[in-house]
Amino acid sequence: MPDVVACLWGRAGMDRAAQGLLGAGRRLAESLGEKLHAVVVGPVDPAAVEAARTAADKVVLVEDELLAEYNAENYLAALTAVCGQLAPRAVLLGNDVYSQELTARLAHRLGGSAAGDAVDVAIADGQLRATRGVYGGKATAVIALAKTPAVVWIRARAMAPAPARAPGEVELLSLGLAQDSRVSLISSHADAKEGVRLEEARLIVSGGRGLGGPGPFEQLQALAAAMGAQMAASRAACDAGWVPASWQVGQTGKKVAPELYLAVAISGASQHIMGIADSKVICAINRDPDAPIFKHCRFGLVEDYQKVIGPLTAKLGQHA
Amino acid sequence: MNIIVCIKQILDPEIPARDFRVDGAKRQAERGSANLVTNIFCENALETALQVRDAHGGKITVVTCGGVEAEEVLRKALALKADEAVLLESPIENPDPLFVARTLAAGIRKLEPFDVVLVGREAGDWGAGQTGGLLAEELSTPCIAFAESFAPGTEPGRLQVKRQTDNGWEGFESSTPLVITITNHDKNVPRIPKTRDVMQSYRKPLTKWPLAELGIDVDSNGGYSHIADLFVPVKETHCEFLSGDTLEAKVDALAERLAGIIRSI
Repeated sequence: MPDVVACLWGRAGMDRAAQGLLGAGRRLAESLGEKLHAVVVGPVDPAAVEAARTAADKVVLVEDELLAEYNAENYLAALTAVCGQLAPRAVLLGNDVYSQELTARLAHRLGGSAAGDAVDVAIADGQLRATRGVYGGKATAVIALAKTPAVVWIRARAMAPAPARAPGEVELLSLGLAQDSRVSLISSHADAKEGVRLEEARLIVSGGRGLGGPGPFEQLQALAAAMGAQMAASRAACDAGWVPASWQVGQTGKKVAPELYLAVAISGASQHIMGIADSKVICAINRDPDAPIFKHCRFGLVEDYQKVIGPLTAKLGQHA
Repeated sequence: MNIIVCIKQILDPEIPARDFRVDGAKRQAERGSANLVTNIFCENALETALQVRDAHGGKITVVTCGGVEAEEVLRKALALKADEAVLLESPIENPDPLFVARTLAAGIRKLEPFDVVLVGREAGDWGAGQTGGLLAEELSTPCIAFAESFAPGTEPGRLQVKRQTDNGWEGFESSTPLVITITNHDKNVPRIPKTRDVMQSYRKPLTKWPLAELGIDVDSNGGYSHIADLFVPVKETHCEFLSGDTLEAKVDALAERLAGIIRSI
Protein backbone atom coordinates (compact mmCIF):
# COMPACT_ATOMS: atom_id res chain seq x y z
CA MET A 1 0.00 0.00 0.00
CA PRO A 2 1.28 3.50 -0.79
CA ASP A 3 1.56 6.02 1.99
CA VAL A 4 1.19 8.95 -0.33
CA VAL A 5 -1.23 9.51 -3.19
CA ALA A 6 -0.95 12.50 -5.53
CA CYS A 7 -4.18 13.33 -7.40
CA LEU A 8 -3.88 14.75 -10.90
CA TRP A 9 -6.40 15.73 -13.54
CA GLY A 10 -5.87 14.02 -16.87
CA ARG A 11 -7.01 17.03 -18.86
CA ALA A 12 -4.38 19.27 -17.27
CA GLY A 13 -1.52 17.11 -18.55
CA MET A 14 1.92 17.17 -16.96
CA ASP A 15 2.14 20.92 -16.48
CA ARG A 16 4.37 22.65 -13.96
CA ALA A 17 1.75 22.18 -11.23
CA ALA A 18 1.53 18.43 -11.85
CA GLN A 19 5.32 18.13 -11.76
CA GLY A 20 5.48 20.11 -8.51
CA LEU A 21 2.73 17.99 -6.99
CA LEU A 22 4.55 14.78 -7.86
CA GLY A 23 7.79 16.27 -6.54
CA ALA A 24 6.16 17.09 -3.21
CA GLY A 25 4.58 13.64 -3.10
CA ARG A 26 7.91 11.94 -3.85
CA ARG A 27 9.70 13.82 -1.06
CA LEU A 28 6.97 13.05 1.47
CA ALA A 29 6.88 9.37 0.47
CA GLU A 30 10.67 9.10 0.78
CA SER A 31 10.60 10.71 4.22
CA LEU A 32 8.19 7.95 5.22
CA GLY A 33 10.17 5.25 3.45
CA GLU A 34 7.04 4.43 1.49
CA LYS A 35 5.68 4.56 -2.02
CA LEU A 36 4.05 7.30 -4.07
CA HIS A 37 1.06 6.55 -6.26
CA ALA A 38 -0.16 9.07 -8.83
CA VAL A 39 -3.91 8.85 -9.38
CA VAL A 40 -4.87 10.46 -12.69
CA VAL A 41 -8.58 11.19 -13.06
CA GLY A 42 -10.18 11.67 -16.46
CA PRO A 43 -8.86 11.38 -20.02
CA VAL A 44 -5.09 11.67 -20.24
CA ASP A 45 -2.58 11.66 -23.09
CA PRO A 46 0.14 8.99 -23.25
CA ALA A 47 2.99 11.51 -22.96
CA ALA A 48 1.63 12.72 -19.62
CA VAL A 49 1.40 9.14 -18.38
CA GLU A 50 5.04 8.55 -19.29
CA ALA A 51 6.05 11.74 -17.47
CA ALA A 52 4.09 10.70 -14.37
CA ARG A 53 5.78 7.28 -14.38
CA THR A 54 9.19 8.85 -13.91
CA ALA A 55 8.07 10.37 -10.59
CA ALA A 56 5.66 7.83 -9.11
CA ASP A 57 6.06 4.20 -8.12
CA LYS A 58 2.73 3.54 -9.72
CA VAL A 59 0.37 5.51 -11.93
CA VAL A 60 -3.31 4.66 -11.51
CA LEU A 61 -5.39 5.83 -14.47
CA VAL A 62 -9.01 6.26 -13.50
CA GLU A 63 -11.13 6.21 -16.59
CA ASP A 64 -14.87 6.51 -16.93
CA GLU A 65 -17.03 8.30 -19.45
CA LEU A 66 -18.50 10.30 -16.56
CA LEU A 67 -15.04 11.75 -15.92
CA ALA A 68 -14.61 13.20 -19.42
CA GLU A 69 -15.84 16.60 -18.19
CA TYR A 70 -15.13 17.89 -14.71
CA ASN A 71 -18.05 17.37 -12.35
CA ALA A 72 -17.34 17.71 -8.64
CA GLU A 73 -19.76 14.98 -7.63
CA ASN A 74 -18.37 12.43 -10.13
CA TYR A 75 -14.72 13.31 -9.51
CA LEU A 76 -15.33 13.10 -5.77
CA ALA A 77 -16.96 9.69 -6.12
CA ALA A 78 -13.99 8.47 -8.17
CA LEU A 79 -11.35 9.79 -5.76
CA THR A 80 -13.22 8.46 -2.75
CA ALA A 81 -13.37 5.00 -4.30
CA VAL A 82 -9.69 4.93 -5.34
CA CYS A 83 -8.28 6.48 -2.16
CA GLY A 84 -10.55 4.23 -0.11
CA GLN A 85 -8.95 1.21 -1.80
CA LEU A 86 -5.37 2.49 -1.53
CA ALA A 87 -5.81 3.61 2.11
CA PRO A 88 -2.89 6.08 2.08
CA ARG A 89 -1.67 8.16 4.98
CA ALA A 90 -1.63 11.33 2.88
CA VAL A 91 -3.47 12.49 -0.22
CA LEU A 92 -2.01 15.51 -2.01
CA LEU A 93 -3.81 17.72 -4.51
CA GLY A 94 -2.66 20.79 -6.45
CA ASN A 95 -3.71 24.42 -6.19
CA ASP A 96 -6.23 24.57 -9.02
CA VAL A 97 -9.93 25.30 -8.55
CA TYR A 98 -10.91 21.63 -8.78
CA SER A 99 -8.41 20.54 -6.12
CA GLN A 100 -9.49 23.31 -3.79
CA GLU A 101 -13.14 22.41 -4.33
CA LEU A 102 -12.66 18.72 -3.57
CA THR A 103 -10.06 18.57 -0.78
CA ALA A 104 -12.26 19.02 2.30
CA ARG A 105 -15.09 16.94 0.89
CA LEU A 106 -12.71 14.09 0.06
CA ALA A 107 -11.26 14.22 3.56
CA HIS A 108 -14.76 14.08 5.02
CA ARG A 109 -15.75 11.06 2.94
CA LEU A 110 -12.53 9.22 3.79
CA GLY A 111 -12.89 10.00 7.50
CA GLY A 112 -9.68 12.03 7.37
CA SER A 113 -8.82 15.67 7.91
CA ALA A 114 -7.84 18.41 5.49
CA ALA A 115 -5.71 21.50 5.06
CA GLY A 116 -5.08 23.74 2.09
CA ASP A 117 -2.62 26.19 0.59
CA ALA A 118 0.28 24.27 2.11
CA VAL A 119 3.81 25.37 1.30
CA ASP A 120 5.25 22.37 3.12
CA VAL A 121 4.03 18.99 4.31
CA ALA A 122 5.91 16.78 6.77
CA ILE A 123 5.29 14.11 9.36
CA ALA A 124 5.84 14.91 13.06
CA ASP A 125 4.68 12.93 16.06
CA GLY A 126 2.95 10.51 13.72
CA GLN A 127 0.72 13.23 12.25
CA LEU A 128 0.97 15.04 8.97
CA ARG A 129 1.63 18.72 9.45
CA ALA A 130 0.86 21.33 6.83
CA THR A 131 2.62 24.69 6.91
CA ARG A 132 0.72 27.62 5.45
CA GLY A 133 0.29 31.37 5.52
CA VAL A 134 -2.59 32.74 7.60
CA TYR A 135 -3.97 36.17 8.50
CA GLY A 136 -3.40 37.35 4.95
CA GLY A 137 0.20 36.15 5.00
CA LYS A 138 1.14 38.06 8.14
CA ALA A 139 1.66 34.82 10.06
CA THR A 140 2.62 31.23 9.39
CA ALA A 141 0.71 28.34 10.92
CA VAL A 142 1.61 24.69 11.23
CA ILE A 143 -1.61 22.68 11.14
CA ALA A 144 -1.52 19.17 12.63
CA LEU A 145 -4.02 16.89 10.91
CA ALA A 146 -5.38 14.52 13.50
CA LYS A 147 -7.25 12.07 11.28
CA THR A 148 -5.91 9.79 8.56
CA PRO A 149 -5.76 10.23 5.66
CA ALA A 150 -4.50 13.79 5.70
CA VAL A 151 -5.86 15.38 2.52
CA VAL A 152 -3.92 18.51 1.58
CA TRP A 153 -3.88 20.83 -1.40
CA ILE A 154 -0.48 22.34 -1.86
CA ARG A 155 1.06 25.24 -3.75
CA ALA A 156 2.29 22.74 -6.28
CA ARG A 157 3.59 25.25 -8.80
CA ALA A 158 6.13 26.51 -6.31
CA MET A 159 7.50 23.06 -5.58
CA ALA A 160 10.47 21.42 -7.25
CA PRO A 161 9.77 18.45 -9.53
CA ALA A 162 11.01 15.01 -8.51
CA PRO A 163 14.29 13.85 -10.03
CA ALA A 164 13.66 11.31 -12.79
CA ARG A 165 13.84 7.66 -11.74
CA ALA A 166 13.05 4.24 -13.18
CA PRO A 167 9.52 4.39 -14.57
CA GLY A 168 6.79 3.04 -12.29
CA GLU A 169 4.09 0.66 -13.40
CA VAL A 170 0.74 1.77 -14.81
CA GLU A 171 -2.63 0.42 -13.75
CA LEU A 172 -5.87 1.14 -15.54
CA LEU A 173 -8.84 1.30 -13.22
CA SER A 174 -12.45 1.22 -14.36
CA LEU A 175 -14.84 2.17 -11.61
CA GLY A 176 -18.26 1.90 -13.22
CA LEU A 177 -19.42 5.14 -11.63
CA ALA A 178 -23.09 5.85 -11.15
CA GLN A 179 -24.18 9.13 -12.72
CA ASP A 180 -24.80 11.82 -10.12
CA SER A 181 -27.90 13.60 -11.32
CA ARG A 182 -27.70 16.45 -8.86
CA VAL A 183 -25.26 18.73 -10.69
CA SER A 184 -24.59 19.10 -14.40
CA LEU A 185 -22.27 21.33 -16.37
CA ILE A 186 -24.38 23.39 -18.77
CA SER A 187 -21.86 25.91 -20.15
CA SER A 188 -18.22 26.91 -19.91
CA HIS A 189 -15.91 29.53 -21.26
CA ALA A 190 -12.14 29.68 -21.43
CA ASP A 191 -10.61 33.15 -21.55
CA ALA A 192 -8.67 33.93 -24.71
CA LYS A 193 -5.24 32.55 -23.98
CA GLU A 194 -2.42 34.98 -24.45
CA GLY A 195 0.76 33.10 -23.72
CA VAL A 196 0.96 30.93 -20.64
CA ARG A 197 -1.41 31.18 -17.69
CA LEU A 198 -0.41 33.54 -14.92
CA GLU A 199 -0.04 30.70 -12.41
CA GLU A 200 2.30 28.89 -14.78
CA ALA A 201 4.29 31.97 -15.81
CA ARG A 202 8.02 32.09 -15.13
CA LEU A 203 8.26 35.86 -15.61
CA ILE A 204 5.66 38.33 -14.38
CA VAL A 205 5.48 42.12 -14.61
CA SER A 206 2.85 43.52 -12.26
CA GLY A 207 1.43 47.01 -11.81
CA GLY A 208 -0.28 48.63 -8.86
CA ARG A 209 -2.23 51.59 -7.59
CA GLY A 210 0.80 53.85 -7.97
CA LEU A 211 0.44 53.73 -11.76
CA GLY A 212 -2.53 56.03 -11.32
CA GLY A 213 -4.68 54.82 -14.21
CA PRO A 214 -5.06 52.37 -17.10
CA GLY A 215 -2.76 54.27 -19.47
CA PRO A 216 0.56 53.34 -17.83
CA PHE A 217 -0.38 49.65 -18.03
CA GLU A 218 0.16 49.92 -21.78
CA GLN A 219 3.75 50.97 -21.08
CA LEU A 220 4.11 48.04 -18.70
CA GLN A 221 2.80 45.71 -21.37
CA ALA A 222 5.54 46.89 -23.70
CA LEU A 223 8.07 46.11 -20.95
CA ALA A 224 6.49 42.70 -20.37
CA ALA A 225 6.65 41.98 -24.10
CA ALA A 226 10.35 42.92 -24.18
CA MET A 227 10.96 40.53 -21.26
CA GLY A 228 8.70 37.75 -22.52
CA ALA A 229 6.70 38.13 -19.30
CA GLN A 230 3.03 37.84 -18.38
CA MET A 231 1.11 40.82 -17.02
CA ALA A 232 -0.45 40.96 -13.58
CA ALA A 233 -1.80 43.60 -11.23
CA SER A 234 -2.58 44.33 -7.61
CA ARG A 235 -6.12 44.28 -6.28
CA ALA A 236 -6.26 48.08 -6.19
CA ALA A 237 -5.57 48.31 -9.93
CA CYS A 238 -8.17 45.64 -10.72
CA ASP A 239 -10.79 47.12 -8.38
CA ALA A 240 -10.29 50.49 -10.07
CA GLY A 241 -11.19 48.83 -13.37
CA TRP A 242 -7.86 49.68 -15.00
CA VAL A 243 -7.15 46.07 -15.96
CA PRO A 244 -9.18 42.80 -16.05
CA ALA A 245 -9.91 41.03 -12.76
CA SER A 246 -8.19 37.94 -14.16
CA TRP A 247 -4.86 39.78 -13.77
CA GLN A 248 -5.28 40.13 -10.02
CA VAL A 249 -2.60 38.57 -7.84
CA GLY A 250 -2.97 38.22 -4.08
CA GLN A 251 -5.09 36.64 -1.40
CA THR A 252 -8.29 37.32 -3.34
CA GLY A 253 -6.69 36.78 -6.72
CA LYS A 254 -4.20 34.37 -8.20
CA LYS A 255 -1.29 32.88 -6.31
CA VAL A 256 1.74 32.86 -8.55
CA ALA A 257 5.20 31.33 -8.35
CA PRO A 258 7.38 32.78 -11.11
CA GLU A 259 11.16 32.80 -11.32
CA LEU A 260 10.96 36.62 -11.42
CA TYR A 261 8.19 38.93 -10.20
CA LEU A 262 8.73 42.59 -11.09
CA ALA A 263 6.40 44.81 -9.04
CA VAL A 264 5.95 48.30 -10.44
CA ALA A 265 4.32 50.96 -8.26
CA ILE A 266 2.96 48.31 -5.90
CA SER A 267 3.22 49.17 -2.20
CA GLY A 268 3.13 45.55 -1.05
CA ALA A 269 0.09 45.06 1.21
CA SER A 270 0.27 41.70 2.98
CA GLN A 271 -2.70 40.43 0.95
CA HIS A 272 -0.69 41.03 -2.21
CA ILE A 273 2.45 39.46 -0.76
CA MET A 274 0.44 36.33 0.05
CA GLY A 275 -0.09 35.82 -3.66
CA ILE A 276 3.55 36.29 -4.67
CA ALA A 277 5.39 34.79 -1.69
CA ASP A 278 6.46 31.73 -3.68
CA SER A 279 8.21 33.78 -6.36
CA LYS A 280 11.89 32.91 -6.62
CA VAL A 281 13.04 36.51 -7.08
CA ILE A 282 10.91 39.55 -6.31
CA CYS A 283 12.10 42.97 -7.39
CA ALA A 284 10.35 46.30 -7.34
CA ILE A 285 10.36 49.77 -8.81
CA ASN A 286 8.84 52.23 -6.38
CA ARG A 287 9.61 55.82 -5.51
CA ASP A 288 8.97 55.21 -1.80
CA PRO A 289 12.03 53.54 -0.21
CA ASP A 290 9.85 52.57 2.77
CA ALA A 291 7.26 50.73 0.67
CA PRO A 292 6.68 47.31 2.30
CA ILE A 293 7.28 45.56 -1.03
CA PHE A 294 11.04 46.17 -0.64
CA LYS A 295 11.06 43.95 2.48
CA HIS A 296 10.33 41.05 0.16
CA CYS A 297 12.64 42.02 -2.69
CA ARG A 298 16.03 40.64 -3.56
CA PHE A 299 16.78 43.89 -5.35
CA GLY A 300 14.91 47.05 -6.19
CA LEU A 301 15.06 50.51 -7.63
CA VAL A 302 13.83 53.58 -5.77
CA GLU A 303 12.63 55.75 -8.62
CA ASP A 304 9.54 57.15 -10.27
CA TYR A 305 8.39 54.38 -12.59
CA GLN A 306 7.57 56.94 -15.31
CA LYS A 307 11.26 57.73 -15.70
CA VAL A 308 12.33 54.08 -15.71
CA ILE A 309 9.89 52.03 -17.77
CA GLY A 310 10.65 53.53 -21.20
CA PRO A 311 14.47 53.23 -21.05
CA LEU A 312 14.23 49.85 -19.28
CA THR A 313 12.00 48.51 -22.07
CA ALA A 314 14.47 49.74 -24.66
CA LYS A 315 17.42 48.17 -22.81
CA LEU A 316 15.72 44.81 -22.33
CA GLY A 317 14.57 44.86 -25.93
CA GLN A 318 18.27 45.02 -26.91
CA HIS A 319 19.07 42.07 -24.63
CA ALA A 320 16.27 39.96 -26.13
CA MET B 1 -36.37 31.10 -2.35
CA ASN B 2 -35.13 30.24 1.11
CA ILE B 3 -31.50 31.37 1.33
CA ILE B 4 -29.19 30.85 4.30
CA VAL B 5 -25.99 32.88 4.39
CA CYS B 6 -23.24 31.81 6.78
CA ILE B 7 -21.06 34.72 7.82
CA LYS B 8 -17.90 34.95 9.90
CA GLN B 9 -16.49 37.68 12.06
CA ILE B 10 -12.74 38.11 11.70
CA LEU B 11 -9.96 40.40 12.81
CA ASP B 12 -9.76 43.29 10.35
CA PRO B 13 -7.37 42.01 7.63
CA GLU B 14 -6.42 45.60 6.79
CA ILE B 15 -4.45 45.89 10.04
CA PRO B 16 -0.89 46.89 9.02
CA ALA B 17 1.75 44.19 9.37
CA ARG B 18 3.72 46.33 11.84
CA ASP B 19 0.74 46.28 14.25
CA PHE B 20 0.10 42.58 13.88
CA ARG B 21 1.05 40.26 16.79
CA VAL B 22 0.31 36.66 17.56
CA ASP B 23 -0.30 35.10 20.95
CA GLY B 24 1.95 32.08 20.72
CA ALA B 25 0.40 30.32 23.71
CA LYS B 26 -3.17 30.68 22.47
CA ARG B 27 -2.02 30.22 18.87
CA GLN B 28 -4.12 33.04 17.50
CA ALA B 29 -3.71 36.68 16.56
CA GLU B 30 -3.82 39.29 19.30
CA ARG B 31 -6.81 41.54 18.95
CA GLY B 32 -4.91 44.67 19.94
CA SER B 33 -6.67 47.79 18.72
CA ALA B 34 -7.91 46.13 15.53
CA ASN B 35 -11.60 46.06 14.66
CA LEU B 36 -13.63 42.91 14.24
CA VAL B 37 -15.28 42.92 10.82
CA THR B 38 -17.34 40.69 8.57
CA ASN B 39 -15.16 38.50 6.38
CA ILE B 40 -15.14 40.08 2.91
CA PHE B 41 -16.13 36.88 1.04
CA CYS B 42 -19.09 36.51 3.45
CA GLU B 43 -20.10 40.06 2.53
CA ASN B 44 -19.90 39.04 -1.14
CA ALA B 45 -22.13 36.05 -0.29
CA LEU B 46 -24.71 38.24 1.46
CA GLU B 47 -24.70 40.70 -1.44
CA THR B 48 -25.28 37.83 -3.89
CA ALA B 49 -28.19 36.63 -1.74
CA LEU B 50 -29.71 40.11 -1.54
CA GLN B 51 -29.61 40.47 -5.32
CA VAL B 52 -31.30 37.10 -5.87
CA ARG B 53 -33.98 37.80 -3.25
CA ASP B 54 -34.63 41.27 -4.65
CA ALA B 55 -35.05 39.83 -8.16
CA HIS B 56 -36.92 36.62 -7.39
CA GLY B 57 -38.37 37.00 -3.89
CA GLY B 58 -37.71 34.79 -0.89
CA LYS B 59 -36.13 35.03 2.52
CA ILE B 60 -32.55 35.44 3.74
CA THR B 61 -31.43 34.06 7.08
CA VAL B 62 -27.89 34.91 8.21
CA VAL B 63 -26.14 32.53 10.58
CA THR B 64 -22.88 32.85 12.46
CA CYS B 65 -21.03 30.94 15.19
CA GLY B 66 -19.31 32.77 17.99
CA GLY B 67 -19.57 34.66 21.22
CA VAL B 68 -21.56 37.74 22.08
CA GLU B 69 -19.27 40.00 20.00
CA ALA B 70 -20.35 38.13 16.85
CA GLU B 71 -23.78 39.75 17.20
CA GLU B 72 -22.26 42.77 15.47
CA VAL B 73 -21.91 41.04 12.10
CA LEU B 74 -25.50 39.81 12.36
CA ARG B 75 -26.72 43.35 13.12
CA LYS B 76 -24.85 44.61 10.07
CA ALA B 77 -26.49 41.91 7.93
CA LEU B 78 -29.91 42.90 9.31
CA ALA B 79 -29.11 46.53 8.47
CA LEU B 80 -28.50 45.35 4.89
CA LYS B 81 -32.04 43.87 4.98
CA ALA B 82 -31.39 40.22 5.73
CA ASP B 83 -34.73 38.90 7.05
CA GLU B 84 -33.57 36.91 10.05
CA ALA B 85 -30.37 36.37 12.02
CA VAL B 86 -29.24 33.44 14.13
CA LEU B 87 -26.26 33.30 16.49
CA LEU B 88 -24.99 29.81 17.25
CA GLU B 89 -23.44 30.57 20.61
CA SER B 90 -20.02 28.95 20.74
CA PRO B 91 -17.46 29.54 23.47
CA ILE B 92 -14.60 28.21 21.33
CA GLU B 93 -12.23 30.89 20.05
CA ASN B 94 -10.31 28.79 17.58
CA PRO B 95 -12.61 26.04 16.30
CA ASP B 96 -11.33 23.47 13.80
CA PRO B 97 -13.05 23.44 10.37
CA LEU B 98 -15.10 20.30 11.01
CA PHE B 99 -16.38 21.65 14.33
CA VAL B 100 -17.52 24.82 12.54
CA ALA B 101 -19.22 22.83 9.77
CA ARG B 102 -21.00 20.56 12.26
CA THR B 103 -22.18 23.51 14.31
CA LEU B 104 -23.47 25.34 11.23
CA ALA B 105 -25.11 22.17 9.90
CA ALA B 106 -26.91 21.64 13.21
CA GLY B 107 -28.17 25.22 13.16
CA ILE B 108 -29.19 25.02 9.50
CA ARG B 109 -31.14 21.80 10.10
CA LYS B 110 -33.22 23.69 12.63
CA LEU B 111 -33.98 26.25 9.92
CA GLU B 112 -35.22 23.73 7.35
CA PRO B 113 -36.51 23.84 4.72
CA PHE B 114 -33.89 25.76 2.76
CA ASP B 115 -32.98 25.93 -0.93
CA VAL B 116 -29.42 27.12 -0.79
CA VAL B 117 -26.68 27.82 1.74
CA LEU B 118 -24.08 30.44 0.82
CA VAL B 119 -20.67 30.70 2.46
CA GLY B 120 -17.62 32.80 1.64
CA ARG B 121 -14.92 31.14 -0.45
CA GLU B 122 -12.50 31.43 2.48
CA ALA B 123 -11.98 33.66 5.50
CA GLY B 124 -9.49 36.49 5.69
CA ASP B 125 -8.02 35.17 8.95
CA TRP B 126 -7.34 31.43 8.73
CA GLY B 127 -8.29 31.09 5.09
CA ALA B 128 -8.86 27.36 5.37
CA GLY B 129 -11.55 27.42 2.69
CA GLN B 130 -13.14 24.25 4.04
CA THR B 131 -16.46 25.37 5.50
CA GLY B 132 -18.47 25.08 2.29
CA GLY B 133 -17.26 21.61 1.36
CA LEU B 134 -17.56 20.18 4.87
CA LEU B 135 -20.97 21.75 5.32
CA ALA B 136 -22.20 20.17 2.08
CA GLU B 137 -20.99 16.78 3.29
CA GLU B 138 -22.62 17.25 6.70
CA LEU B 139 -25.90 18.26 5.03
CA SER B 140 -25.53 15.65 2.25
CA THR B 141 -25.96 18.25 -0.49
CA PRO B 142 -23.90 19.03 -3.58
CA CYS B 143 -21.44 21.92 -3.40
CA ILE B 144 -20.29 24.38 -6.04
CA ALA B 145 -17.22 26.44 -5.13
CA PHE B 146 -15.95 29.85 -6.30
CA ALA B 147 -19.34 31.01 -7.59
CA GLU B 148 -19.90 34.62 -8.60
CA SER B 149 -23.69 34.39 -9.03
CA PHE B 150 -26.69 32.09 -9.00
CA ALA B 151 -30.28 32.21 -10.24
CA PRO B 152 -33.38 30.01 -10.46
CA GLY B 153 -32.95 27.04 -12.79
CA THR B 154 -35.02 25.74 -15.66
CA GLU B 155 -37.60 24.22 -13.33
CA PRO B 156 -38.58 24.53 -9.66
CA GLY B 157 -36.13 22.88 -7.28
CA ARG B 158 -33.13 23.68 -9.47
CA LEU B 159 -30.59 26.50 -9.49
CA GLN B 160 -28.12 27.74 -12.06
CA VAL B 161 -24.70 28.71 -10.76
CA LYS B 162 -21.88 30.52 -12.56
CA ARG B 163 -18.47 29.98 -11.11
CA GLN B 164 -14.92 31.14 -11.80
CA THR B 165 -12.31 28.63 -12.91
CA ASP B 166 -8.57 28.92 -13.38
CA ASN B 167 -8.97 30.22 -16.92
CA GLY B 168 -12.58 31.31 -17.39
CA TRP B 169 -15.94 30.28 -16.01
CA GLU B 170 -18.34 27.32 -15.83
CA GLY B 171 -22.13 27.24 -15.57
CA PHE B 172 -23.81 24.46 -13.62
CA GLU B 173 -27.38 23.52 -12.94
CA SER B 174 -28.00 21.79 -9.63
CA SER B 175 -30.85 20.39 -7.66
CA THR B 176 -31.65 22.02 -4.34
CA PRO B 177 -30.74 22.07 -1.54
CA LEU B 178 -27.24 23.11 -2.44
CA VAL B 179 -24.20 24.69 -0.78
CA ILE B 180 -22.39 27.41 -2.77
CA THR B 181 -19.13 29.11 -1.87
CA ILE B 182 -19.01 32.69 -3.13
CA THR B 183 -15.96 34.50 -4.42
CA ASN B 184 -15.54 38.21 -5.10
CA HIS B 185 -16.66 39.64 -8.42
CA ASP B 186 -17.48 43.10 -9.67
CA LYS B 187 -21.17 42.10 -9.62
CA ASN B 188 -21.25 41.28 -5.90
CA VAL B 189 -19.43 44.24 -4.38
CA PRO B 190 -21.09 44.64 -0.95
CA ARG B 191 -23.57 47.50 -0.61
CA ILE B 192 -23.30 50.00 2.26
CA PRO B 193 -26.16 50.05 4.78
CA LYS B 194 -28.08 53.29 5.33
CA THR B 195 -27.62 54.92 8.73
CA ARG B 196 -31.35 54.62 9.43
CA ASP B 197 -31.24 50.87 8.68
CA VAL B 198 -28.24 50.44 10.97
CA MET B 199 -30.20 52.10 13.80
CA GLN B 200 -33.22 49.93 13.12
CA SER B 201 -31.18 46.74 13.01
CA TYR B 202 -30.63 47.02 16.76
CA ARG B 203 -34.39 46.78 17.32
CA LYS B 204 -34.77 43.61 15.24
CA PRO B 205 -34.95 40.24 17.00
CA LEU B 206 -31.91 38.00 17.03
CA THR B 207 -32.24 34.25 17.56
CA LYS B 208 -29.63 32.62 19.80
CA TRP B 209 -29.07 28.91 20.06
CA PRO B 210 -26.49 27.58 22.53
CA LEU B 211 -24.37 24.64 21.36
CA ALA B 212 -26.03 22.34 23.88
CA GLU B 213 -29.37 23.04 22.22
CA LEU B 214 -27.81 22.01 18.88
CA GLY B 215 -26.47 18.74 20.23
CA ILE B 216 -22.87 19.83 19.62
CA ASP B 217 -20.22 18.50 21.98
CA VAL B 218 -17.64 21.21 22.72
CA ASP B 219 -15.01 18.56 23.44
CA SER B 220 -15.12 17.38 19.82
CA ASN B 221 -13.17 20.49 18.74
CA GLY B 222 -9.59 19.71 17.78
CA GLY B 223 -10.30 16.12 16.81
CA TYR B 224 -10.01 17.05 13.14
CA SER B 225 -7.00 19.32 13.21
CA HIS B 226 -5.24 21.68 15.56
CA ILE B 227 -2.73 24.49 15.34
CA ALA B 228 0.66 23.04 16.25
CA ASP B 229 2.45 26.36 15.82
CA LEU B 230 1.72 29.96 14.87
CA PHE B 231 4.36 32.61 14.36
CA VAL B 232 5.17 35.77 12.46
CA PRO B 233 7.80 34.74 9.93
CA VAL B 234 11.09 36.58 10.01
CA LYS B 235 11.80 38.05 6.59
CA GLU B 236 15.41 37.29 5.89
CA THR B 237 15.37 38.96 2.52
CA HIS B 238 17.67 41.91 2.36
CA CYS B 239 16.78 44.19 -0.50
CA GLU B 240 19.72 45.42 -2.51
CA PHE B 241 18.85 48.91 -3.66
CA LEU B 242 20.40 49.43 -7.07
CA SER B 243 22.37 52.64 -7.25
CA GLY B 244 24.01 54.80 -9.86
CA ASP B 245 25.12 58.37 -10.36
CA THR B 246 22.56 58.96 -13.07
CA LEU B 247 19.12 57.64 -13.89
CA GLU B 248 20.63 55.94 -16.92
CA ALA B 249 23.16 54.11 -14.75
CA LYS B 250 20.39 52.94 -12.43
CA VAL B 251 18.27 51.70 -15.33
CA ASP B 252 21.34 49.94 -16.77
CA ALA B 253 21.94 48.20 -13.46
CA LEU B 254 18.32 47.07 -13.24
CA ALA B 255 18.28 45.92 -16.87
CA GLU B 256 21.46 43.89 -16.32
CA ARG B 257 20.00 42.14 -13.29
CA LEU B 258 16.71 41.39 -14.99
CA ALA B 259 18.40 40.19 -18.18
CA GLY B 260 20.62 37.89 -16.13
CA ILE B 261 17.61 36.18 -14.58
CA ILE B 262 15.78 35.98 -17.90
CA ARG B 263 18.83 34.35 -19.53
CA SER B 264 19.08 31.79 -16.72
CA ILE B 265 15.53 30.49 -17.16
